[in-house]
Amino acid sequence: MNLTDLSATALAKAIKNRETTSKEVTAAFIENIEKQNAGLKAFVSKEFETALQAAEDCDKRVAAGEKDLSLLFGVPVALKDNMCYEGTKVTCCSKILENFIAPYDATVVEKLKAAGMPILGKCNMDEFAMGSSTENSIYGPSLNPWNRERIPGGSSGGSAVAVASRMAPVSLGSDTGGSIRQPASCCGTVGLKPTYGRVSRYGLVAFASSLDQIGPFSRNIEDAAALLNVIAGYDPKDSTSIKTEVPDYSRFLNQSVKGMKIALPKEYLGKGGLSLDVSEAVKEAIAIYTKLGAEFGEVSLPHTEYCLATYYIIATAEASSNLARYDGVHYGYRNKNAKSLYEMYTSTRAEGFGDEVKRRIMLGTYVLSAGYYDAYYLKAQKVRTLIKRDFDKVFKDYDCILTPTAPTPAFKIGEKLADPIQMYLSDIFTISVNLAGIPGISIQGGFSREKLPIGIQLIGKPFMEGELFKLAHAYETATSWIKSRPPEAK
Amino acid sequence: MITRKDAEHVAKLSLLKFEAKELDKFTRQLEDIIVFVDKLSELNTEGIEPTSSVIPVLNVTREDTVKPSFTQEKALSNAPDKEIGLFKIPRIME
Repeated sequence: MNLTDLSATALAKAIKNRETTSKEVTAAFIENIEKQNAGLKAFVSKEFETALQAAEDCDKRVAAGEKDLSLLFGVPVALKDNMCYEGTKVTCCSKILENFIAPYDATVVEKLKAAGMPILGKCNMDEFAMGSSTENSIYGPSLNPWNRERIPGGSSGGSAVAVASRMAPVSLGSDTGGSIRQPASCCGTVGLKPTYGRVSRYGLVAFASSLDQIGPFSRNIEDAAALLNVIAGYDPKDSTSIKTEVPDYSRFLNQSVKGMKIALPKEYLGKGGLSLDVSEAVKEAIAIYTKLGAEFGEVSLPHTEYCLATYYIIATAEASSNLARYDGVHYGYRNKNAKSLYEMYTSTRAEGFGDEVKRRIMLGTYVLSAGYYDAYYLKAQKVRTLIKRDFDKVFKDYDCILTPTAPTPAFKIGEKLADPIQMYLSDIFTISVNLAGIPGISIQGGFSREKLPIGIQLIGKPFMEGELFKLAHAYETATSWIKSRPPEAK
Repeated sequence: MITRKDAEHVAKLSLLKFEAKELDKFTRQLEDIIVFVDKLSELNTEGIEPTSSVIPVLNVTREDTVKPSFTQEKALSNAPDKEIGLFKIPRIME
């Protein structure tokens, strides 16, 4: 058996039982990266030496007979390039941070280290997590391992490609409007956006602070549950993280879903833009859950059609404020030819940011500017309240909501670059979850006729990630989708 | 309606600058997006409280105690330019 085909939890067990070592496992994934990364461009920086060193330290602890090792002890992991890992580059795939070396660890990185997980390197993304295809990365797009002419989704596209193509067993991404779930759907992996506040954002480069959340990518549900257990929890360094007990998520696996109530929002199904393949995959998922004893009902989320507009006002407003810090003074790129301070600010930002980032800074600045604040920003915050109430109402009667993750399978590279709004529509089914602050997971739901993966999204109540794992695991067990491997995977 | 002058004003507020041709493109795209988000004006939101954060946490405070933090060297480790332990910037006053 190929080590890189094993799940993260299976690898951890094998390491603990001394059937293999963390160093062997880490080296096997490094070998896959060396073979495939030049083609697929999942990683933008590699930290192999420190990863192997960390793996050796793990092996020493196993050899010393240490007990109570973490669920993913010795298993390597990859990070999206917007998380601080001390002493290594964190670029957000932007020229403005191209040479930035993180002077501290993000809380999630501290937790990965504490769990004994060697960090393989940093993964490609749309610049500052703004995009749905990784095409906005200064390093160029990652390619979809199922079909190299297709985008891998975004913004956490590199993290999804790394896991789908066996360059990493698990990885972390961040999700502001769908940036974990949509690439998971495009690449046929599992991707979870936890409840807002479940995982600390300390050390995650901010895009839109009221929407951003870090979450896991994996090839099966058990691994996603284990990785969430590693990274979740209250952190005094993030005042928006929540003091709620983190359950042992593994106890939600292998549970019956009989009698669970699943809502089907009519606004998400059968609407224009939804491809036939995706629509059929949703029908199949409903049939499988029905066989497993779950009960369905149609519901309405009446403000769905306002989500995208609300999102693009709130997210860009927050981004314009968060990205004001990139001015060439303390760190990052600086235009060194500028003669005055003002010229340095403007030319540094004009040269350092890409077009999509500039567009969003401009929009965000506009909606916050004098005379427009009430009409746009305040209005969007009020509509956000209505969107959240829609979900609260449905969750009074239902355990979960089922929707497609994205309206289509992965689109072609270049297909949506010229039209920003078309690109924004890729996130139409995922952004409402961020606005409401609730958890959502994308699971592998089959393939299109062109053999491209299709994701099914399950949306849950706040802090009910366990219920999502329960439902997702039941579906995974009843289907065989996770056994398929992309043609590009070594 | 976003005019070229509006876009120029927003660019100034954003500390960005554009070539003439680029500014035309950004004006047009900004206009498209504003038309798109104007959809919200259809909704009556009278009496609805705005949501700035989904979590019920307000003004989180902590004790004001001194703890170890970055050294001067570490704080300056990514500085584009520095001198005698300080961030160095171009001349402010002419």
